[in-house]
Amino acid sequence: MDLLNAFITLANFVIIPAIAYGSQLALGALGVTLIYGILRFSNFAHGDTMAFGTMITILFTWWFQHMGLSFGPLPTALLALPFGIAGCALFVLLTDRAVYRFYRVQKAKPVILVIVSMGVMFIMNGVVRFIIGPDDHAFSDGERFIISARTFREMTGLEEGLAIRTSTGITVVTAVIVVAALFWFLNKTRTGKSMRAYSDNEDLALLSGINPEKVVVVTWVIVAALATVAGTLYGLDKSFKAFTYFQLLLPIFASAIVGGLGSPVGAIAGGFVIAFSEVTITYAWKKVLVYALPEGMGPDGLVQLLSTDYKFAVSFIILLVVLLFRPTGLFKGKSV
Amino acid sequence: MNDMVKNTGLFALVALLIVITGLMQSWNTALLILNMGLISAIMALGVNLQWGFAGLFNVGIMGFVALGGLASVLIAMPPTEGAWSAGGYSIVLGLLMGAATIVAAVLTYQRMPDGRARTLAMLAILIGGFFLYRAVYDPGVDAVEAINPASTGNIGGLGLPILLSWPVGGLLAAGVAWIIGKTALGLRSDYLAIATLGIAEIIIAVLKNEDWLARGVKNVIGLPRPVPLEVDLQRDPEFVERAAGFGLDAVTASTIYVKLEYAALFAVVLVILLWMAQKALNSPWGRMMRAIRDNEVAAEAMGKDVTRRHLQIFILGSAICGIAGAMMTTLDGQLTPGTYQPLRFTFLVWVMVIVGGSGNNFGAVLGGFLIWFLWVQVEPIGLWLMSTLTSGMADGGLKTHLMDSAAHMRLFTMGVILLLVLRFSPRGLIPEK
Repeated sequence: MDLLNAFITLANFVIIPAIAYGSQLALGALGVTLIYGILRFSNFAHGDTMAFGTMITILFTWWFQHMGLSFGPLPTALLALPFGIAGCALFVLLTDRAVYRFYRVQKAKPVILVIVSMGVMFIMNGVVRFIIGPDDHAFSDGERFIISARTFREMTGLEEGLAIRTSTGITVVTAVIVVAALFWFLNKTRTGKSMRAYSDNEDLALLSGINPEKVVVVTWVIVAALATVAGTLYGLDKSFKAFTYFQLLLPIFASAIVGGLGSPVGAIAGGFVIAFSEVTITYAWKKVLVYALPEGMGPDGLVQLLSTDYKFAVSFIILLVVLLFRPTGLFKGKSV
Repeated sequence: MNDMVKNTGLFALVALLIVITGLMQSWNTALLILNMGLISAIMALGVNLQWGFAGLFNVGIMGFVALGGLASVLIAMPPTEGAWSAGGYSIVLGLLMGAATIVAAVLTYQRMPDGRARTLAMLAILIGGFFLYRAVYDPGVDAVEAINPASTGNIGGLGLPILLSWPVGGLLAAGVAWIIGKTALGLRSDYLAIATLGIAEIIIAVLKNEDWLARGVKNVIGLPRPVPLEVDLQRDPEFVERAAGFGLDAVTASTIYVKLEYAALFAVVLVILLWMAQKALNSPWGRMMRAIRDNEVAAEAMGKDVTRRHLQIFILGSAICGIAGAMMTTLDGQLTPGTYQPLRFTFLVWVMVIVGGSGNNFGAVLGGFLIWFLWVQVEPIGLWLMSTLTSGMADGGLKTHLMDSAAHMRLFTMGVILLLVLRFSPRGLIPEK
């Protein structure tokens, strides 16, 4: 029995990856939930918005690398991130002007807006593939590890190593900063308060003189920023591929709904619930159990509850269970 | 009468487009577009039933299409020798035990009083059931997959004629739709959308990973065909002679002949389904459906069972998509789970319905043909456009990049078409009456 090594293994293969993945999902789900709260529709184009923002960031990263600019041990992509956000915000605002505003003025049914967002999804997907192609791109540079497994073993003398990748560290730190800034903005500033008021009760907000167009513009800019940050962090952690980002739509929506659509706290909680369940259910527990159980009692099989390819299934079973037993999500969301 | 002329004109236009393809490219290409157009039209009919008649937002079409494909394999492939005795029965037993576990858990939830005892009992049933299921199911799967994995390694089919798989595909899709509908139809529209989107992904994941079922990503190839093989026709002296009479060589004639036979089969199915959909639309049942769609509360107040009607039409629409899926796999002659993508099999069908005219069966059929034609032809047109635009440019990185990216024009074009139709003609090309 060796609980310390068991815990290190668990941390290395389950806890740390799940925290990183959870932060990425939470940032994505925050974007979905904000659009749902303020603009009142489920944005199917969100995965592709993330891909678009990340693409701009990658293009700037390449340019910076070409000029010889670097960010020391941190990835150059962090320097390019503000430009990515700006590019994405511009594109999203243009889409709003050209496409969504027409239906907003008409007060179209939410489901019509969802279909419209399907059209936007096609266009964004096409644009991303047009500019950067459908292939995989790895754009991470700088130090790979904060602590590598080897250093950790040498430091502690334990059998198991604990590796913390730079991308993981950056993901968590960035996510905390972004979320803190967002909550400060929503709760303390005038614009943020007017956004929450608009989300709670549109008519009342309009009566008290809140400018709806301004609220919408600010929302889109925040959403573009969140999507770009989430996409870039995911790309640094794994790699960038247009199709993968489209598929991220599923766990992101699951996170937002599990947490309660329209509730920012819920989106964060939902992201971590989904990430932890995906990782724990698809992880092969053999190694942890061999350490944790008394000598000779370790299991023979891999003790993997489901194969990794079923990770979508995990998020959706959780989603269904939550919807059936608590239809508004863990934190009370809103319903249209 | 005016409408009649306009609609006939629209259909004639699509026919003309396909004929032009035949004249300019080749008749094989044109017939391929026609065949897939017929299948797309059937898928669009299914979605139109759900969205146009009842306002159900189903974005899991890909899953039902794939289930239809699975049906073709299970019906038409020859049985794998020894697979059933080796592990087939334990797989079925394992699956039944899994289902029984879920049923038991649901019953516990319904029957036992609320409280900690209930939660604990449910957890015990679910966890115990899961391990029992794995203990029975896994050895069966291993045994089946061990049988000649290079060429079979799956349970095989029943060896029945493949045409039978079309209705069976519909039944399979209907069965799954029943399970989904039972759990998800009570949800709000966008929750239903997300749930169906996810379930479609899960169905594809099952097809990709459960090798014992349909060989997973190793693909099933060489499905039996309802029409003669081209090679056999080319060997048939009578056929070669007749082809020569039309001034065609044997190879071209045989490929065209086979495609025409497929087209005839598909057209029969489309006509039957279209006739049934028209009858349904104009029956009291169809009027009730539209009444429910337009005002659920009022319909419920009139004593209509909205949830049951929704479930009914969800199953019917999904079954049509399953039939189309089985037809498509028959046409391809293979099942390749890796090629099922939501953009192509779910959202493109949605574009067809919206552009054609939701709520109108003829609109959906027209949308199916038109959008499929564009989906195929945008690529060569884009390539031609791009080479014209870049003809003045010097050869270099940018020109190569532009030429390479022209292939991705189709997604962009579909998005633009969808948005333009939604904006300027939101009821589609042939609007609902």
